[in-house]
Amino acid sequence: MFYWSLAVEYMKNYVKTKLTYRADFWVELLSDLLFQGVNLIFILIVFQHTPTLGGWTEAEVVFVYGYFMVPAGIFGAFFNIWNFSERYIVKGEMDRVLTRPAYNLYQVLLENLDPPSLFGSLVGLVIMVLSWGDLGLAFHLTDVLMMAVFTIGSVMIYGGLFTALTAISFYSDAPTGILPLMYNISNYGRYPVNIYNKIIRFLLTWLLPFAFVGVIPASYFLGRHEAGLSNLALFTPVMGVIVLGIGLLIWNHGVKRYRGAGS
Amino acid sequence: MNSAYLDLIRIRFLMMLAYRVNYYSGIVIYTINIGAYYFLWEAIFGEQKLLAGFTLAQMTTYVAVSWMARAFYFNNLDREIANEIRDGSVAIQFIRPYNYLIVKLMQGFGEGLFRLILFMGPGLALVCLIFPVKLPTDPGVWAIYFVMLLFSFLINTQINMLVGLFAFFVENNEGMLRMKRVLVDLFSGVIVPISFFPGWLAVTMKWLPFQAITFLPSSVFTGRIAGSEVVRVLGIQVIWFIVLIIPIAWVWRQARTRLFVQGG
Repeated sequence: MFYWSLAVEYMKNYVKTKLTYRADFWVELLSDLLFQGVNLIFILIVFQHTPTLGGWTEAEVVFVYGYFMVPAGIFGAFFNIWNFSERYIVKGEMDRVLTRPAYNLYQVLLENLDPPSLFGSLVGLVIMVLSWGDLGLAFHLTDVLMMAVFTIGSVMIYGGLFTALTAISFYSDAPTGILPLMYNISNYGRYPVNIYNKIIRFLLTWLLPFAFVGVIPASYFLGRHEAGLSNLALFTPVMGVIVLGIGLLIWNHGVKRYRGAGS
Repeated sequence: MNSAYLDLIRIRFLMMLAYRVNYYSGIVIYTINIGAYYFLWEAIFGEQKLLAGFTLAQMTTYVAVSWMARAFYFNNLDREIANEIRDGSVAIQFIRPYNYLIVKLMQGFGEGLFRLILFMGPGLALVCLIFPVKLPTDPGVWAIYFVMLLFSFLINTQINMLVGLFAFFVENNEGMLRMKRVLVDLFSGVIVPISFFPGWLAVTMKWLPFQAITFLPSSVFTGRIAGSEVVRVLGIQVIWFIVLIIPIAWVWRQARTRLFVQGG
């Protein structure tokens, strides 16, 4: 209850700041979409030069992309902690967070809410629905349920991974993290993983399981069974719990090591 | 006076050196990144030998070199400038006996130089060992490439400055900063070489400064542009460098009368 009221208060605060910088809100919304859209543009450009990608058609790859946008948008709205190290460690704002009674990560996330990002999820859903028709896939009511389950799992994986990566700044005092580079790697989980060699496929499935935020759950709907993809999809929520758990462990352990650096 | 500017490069370089551990992990991640790209492009090529004038080997080299070059020219000067405008510390910069923008340029250069030596060098070497990246053997190509790389840095920094200075007019330009980053990555040709773009978009790109940041230098490096064409391409970079000075100077002049400090 306490945590819920905190969220509401932070939301109110967010709306107030956005009303101050109104034009920026729209630019941000647009830039979020564009940020997501760049990779869609990549897919569209690439398919002008080739009919299939490792046996997958354009419509299928776009469908996978649509799926990816849904958890990515939710993740972007609630885990917008790209500049964590700069703001909380280097400037020492973590001190302020730690003196308060609510869980520190929860506060940090609330302070950095980015609701416009949710618009990306909406666009992703639209892309999915459109390609659903294009591909002539059968529709079952259970698909809606599965979609919800997969989305939650994917968001947890994404969130857990980036929480763990952000927590690195507690251990090494580097100002510019490896997050931007990691973001690039997260892109590859969206392409049919069968095109990669064993090492990269293993990496994307089990070590940095970005494939669970893209091609694996999407292949459940597409009915692509190669390399057990659609069966793996059912493990998405399990992976989510594991990855988020590991992320929180690393974070909590890191917070204990935190020594205020601010002045 | 000039030696003060040079010192700024040195100071920023040393500052980066203090945090060098980050770059070792960066090299590994970069290698994975290029690896994933390599397989992605291999799948895209499929049976085809040539796509938009690229062979698979050229494509791999293009991608590896472009991302490495990005490490050199990429900087956060836009955000630094915007933040200093927003928290008002730019007011102090106005009264100091140096040119604020040149100071920023030098700091960015120190940062780029650091990444060039500790990140680009080892990163590219590692990638060459693992993937079929073919570096040019002609020292002339290397020389001209480094000149072009310098202009990539200058042009990218100019664009950063312009967007950063916009904070004088719009108070909060966070969204714009993000948008610019995405646009530069897409239109400079880091993500896809511009020759892959559909016709009309490729033509539009020829009239914008972005291609001068990545596409042109990387094309020279991979040998797709050679001979007298190289001079023309270098000319395009020089022209953009000069042209971009004008709006920056104008915005900077305007800015002096517009500064109002929000808190801080």
